[in-house]
Amino acid sequence: MGNSWFSRWHFEKRETTSNLVLVMVPVLSVVIGLIFTGLFIALTGKDPLEVYLLMFDGAFGSAYGISETIVKSIPLLICALGLSIAFRMQLWNIGAEGQLYMGAFGATWAALTFPDWPAYQLLPVMMVAGFLAGGLWGLLPAIPRAYFKVNETITTLLMNYIAILWVDYLVVGPWKDPKSFNFPISPQFTEGAILPTLGTSRIHMGLVFGVVVALLLYIVLNYTRWGFEIRVSGESPAAARYAGMNYVKNILLVMFISGGLAGLAGMTEVSAITQRLQHGISPGYGYSAIIIAWLARLHPAAIVLVSVIFGGMLVGGYSIQTSGFSSTTVSMLQGAILFFVVGGEIFVNYRLVRGEKGGK
Amino acid sequence: MVEMINITKRFPGILANDRVSFSVKAGEIHALLGENGAGKSTLMSILTGLYRPDEGEIRIQGTPVDLQSPRDAVAHGIGMVHQHFKLVKPFTVAENIILGLKGIKEVYNLKSIDESVAQLSREYGLHIQPDSPIWQLSVGEQQRAEIVKILFRGAEILILDEPTAVLTPQEAKDLYKTLRKMADLGKAIIVISHKLSEVLAHTDAITVLRGGRSVGTVRTKETSEMELTRMMVGRPVMLETVKNPVNRSSKVLELHNLSALGNRGQFALKEINLDIYGGEIVGIAGVAGNGQRELAEVVAGLRAIERGQKKVDGNDLTLASPKQMIQAGVSYVPEDRLGTGLVPNLNAMENYLLKGVQRMPSGFINWKQVAQETAEVIKKYDIKVPNPKNPVKMLSGGNLQKLLLGREISGKPRLIVTMYPMRGLDVGAMETIRSLLLQERDRGAAVLLISEELEELFALSDRLAVLHGGEVMGVVDPHKTTFEDVGLMMAGKRMAAHG
Repeated sequence: MGNSWFSRWHFEKRETTSNLVLVMVPVLSVVIGLIFTGLFIALTGKDPLEVYLLMFDGAFGSAYGISETIVKSIPLLICALGLSIAFRMQLWNIGAEGQLYMGAFGATWAALTFPDWPAYQLLPVMMVAGFLAGGLWGLLPAIPRAYFKVNETITTLLMNYIAILWVDYLVVGPWKDPKSFNFPISPQFTEGAILPTLGTSRIHMGLVFGVVVALLLYIVLNYTRWGFEIRVSGESPAAARYAGMNYVKNILLVMFISGGLAGLAGMTEVSAITQRLQHGISPGYGYSAIIIAWLARLHPAAIVLVSVIFGGMLVGGYSIQTSGFSSTTVSMLQGAILFFVVGGEIFVNYRLVRGEKGGK
Repeated sequence: MVEMINITKRFPGILANDRVSFSVKAGEIHALLGENGAGKSTLMSILTGLYRPDEGEIRIQGTPVDLQSPRDAVAHGIGMVHQHFKLVKPFTVAENIILGLKGIKEVYNLKSIDESVAQLSREYGLHIQPDSPIWQLSVGEQQRAEIVKILFRGAEILILDEPTAVLTPQEAKDLYKTLRKMADLGKAIIVISHKLSEVLAHTDAITVLRGGRSVGTVRTKETSEMELTRMMVGRPVMLETVKNPVNRSSKVLELHNLSALGNRGQFALKEINLDIYGGEIVGIAGVAGNGQRELAEVVAGLRAIERGQKKVDGNDLTLASPKQMIQAGVSYVPEDRLGTGLVPNLNAMENYLLKGVQRMPSGFINWKQVAQETAEVIKKYDIKVPNPKNPVKMLSGGNLQKLLLGREISGKPRLIVTMYPMRGLDVGAMETIRSLLLQERDRGAAVLLISEELEELFALSDRLAVLHGGEVMGVVDPHKTTFEDVGLMMAGKRMAAHG
């Protein structure tokens, strides 16, 4: 190794991190992700720039595109907000997808059990049922995490599969619509179980939930005792314990709320979009939300913005299908972005310098 | 064999080694003695190629060397046995030995390696079976496996970091027997330790480090526990401290036959009996690692009490949580200022709020009020905070400590527990901390001062308790006792209480 050109580069810890760096790292990560995915698109013989323009046009180029983008961004937003609380406490909840499915299950249970109720009664009950079901699904892995330090990354991830298969079981089994010609779907919801929409578009009340939650989260994190405890616990568990904060209780509470919000996202999806429980209600919202929360550096306002961008990527992905592309190009793009965001994280705390190590 | 000349190593904000010189001859067991944070580990990390010195020179057998990496150090015959062994548990001794070794063929003959390992262990009397898996071995045997590993790599200079910390007394004795044998065969042995008695019994020479500097090297035969203690804790520059006469009020803290476990599950505190009254400072002297940290944590409610009783102002708080202890008026300035006492990435205001947040009545934070209170504390104690919005990790050690202590006394506590409150501070900050502690005492608070600087303890304490092996060796009046007596108690001699 000796004195070769490469070995002269090394990382040095930054004493401070400027706001410019904090913004540029995620922005550059997205750009590099776009270039990286573009290379693969180019390999298939298409012009990546053209494909990206097509995606952008599909997502934001028409009133329909914009409304669809917002529709897709609603579950992303609510899930990402939930995840951001857990991530703040350094709890790596990878289970938003499963918690969303459990929320959809809880809401569907309410919708099918009280079909005759009017909307003003049934919708709140569905919301509570969805939040509770998702929250309990988040709480379950939190218990071994809090008391026995069982790694929550793995447990929350594995519980996704259980939740998804549980919903699949319900729609092919006990909750299958007898009139469905054997499609794996539950009976359609009654009128009282459907969230109101904006005019004739598919944009629904869930948007209001998302924005209200973002606002609440901002207030809670910055202006309440509990929000302060979450921030301290995330920064330094030792300091949290020292300051008399109940670390174990906060783990349980945070995971419950984190899961509950994903559950609320599940409720909005079955209530407003599918209007019944069915197989595959989420194209991976819970996973995309991880990337969103991370890109937004867990800041509620930034999460709103990034969610809309990611909603646009999904819609754009569907629109390029017509020109012979698989919409999974978007999954690849998302993966590439996450990869570079996580990789770029080192530049937040370190900078690359050339020269003698520990030099004088 | 090895010479380290005028080694200086700086870390951001800390001078870890300041022109330290240190040399070891072949055939000698040389101890590196000093308190935690004295710079022993940094010095040895430089010798093993982990860090590079900012200034100074290393010579091995007279030739200057530039150790760029641990691999370089190994190539120069330097090997280290770390306190936490670096062994792969499911692998056998021989497999661990060849792990990461250069010059092993893709297809190797484990049997021939087994043989050479067995021969090495016979030669040095290490008694180790090459084919036994690590997880089956006792701690002492694992340590011997580590030693064989570095010998196999051709080490001529062996460094052992706190080698007896994990051993039983019998194992420790055997270890030193082995080390002596290796020294007789021409190896140079360096032992990092802070155990006086052990170092005196088994080494040839002792170098004492304190505060990043070398205090001196002495021949073991020509020194005594007393001299070493003095070298370790330091004596000169008695700062004149003006102290009002003690004005004791009621009993604040009562510890009754209290025992608690350490992190490794052993009893770190044994049957402690200690009372502290309002208006007095009780100092705790002792070599680090004799139960001080556990004592502080027990009082702060951060460590569970196994047996015995703890009372504050007459209320039984044996089972109290950290929150309940804070509510009972117990403040704590921990050893780990940045990370436990303060949160590095939060700003001064947020750190000031750390404990006060529990008192916010509505659950909402009034940032305006917090900003105002923080500004008052910053002004009152002359804390240099360039920008109150910046994370506190950018503050200097003295300013951090003033912020931390300022916060801890802002609630007018009944009891203040401070651990090494002046460690690493400059003279000015030290003076401030001293006078703040005395002010609190005069206000009527009880102060528990844990320190390793005897002169500091003598200057500030009204009574002085000495910890050794988790037991109180005695409580003395610092005005009626000498450094020497306290030094003996720190080494494990019991004294009749006359305080």
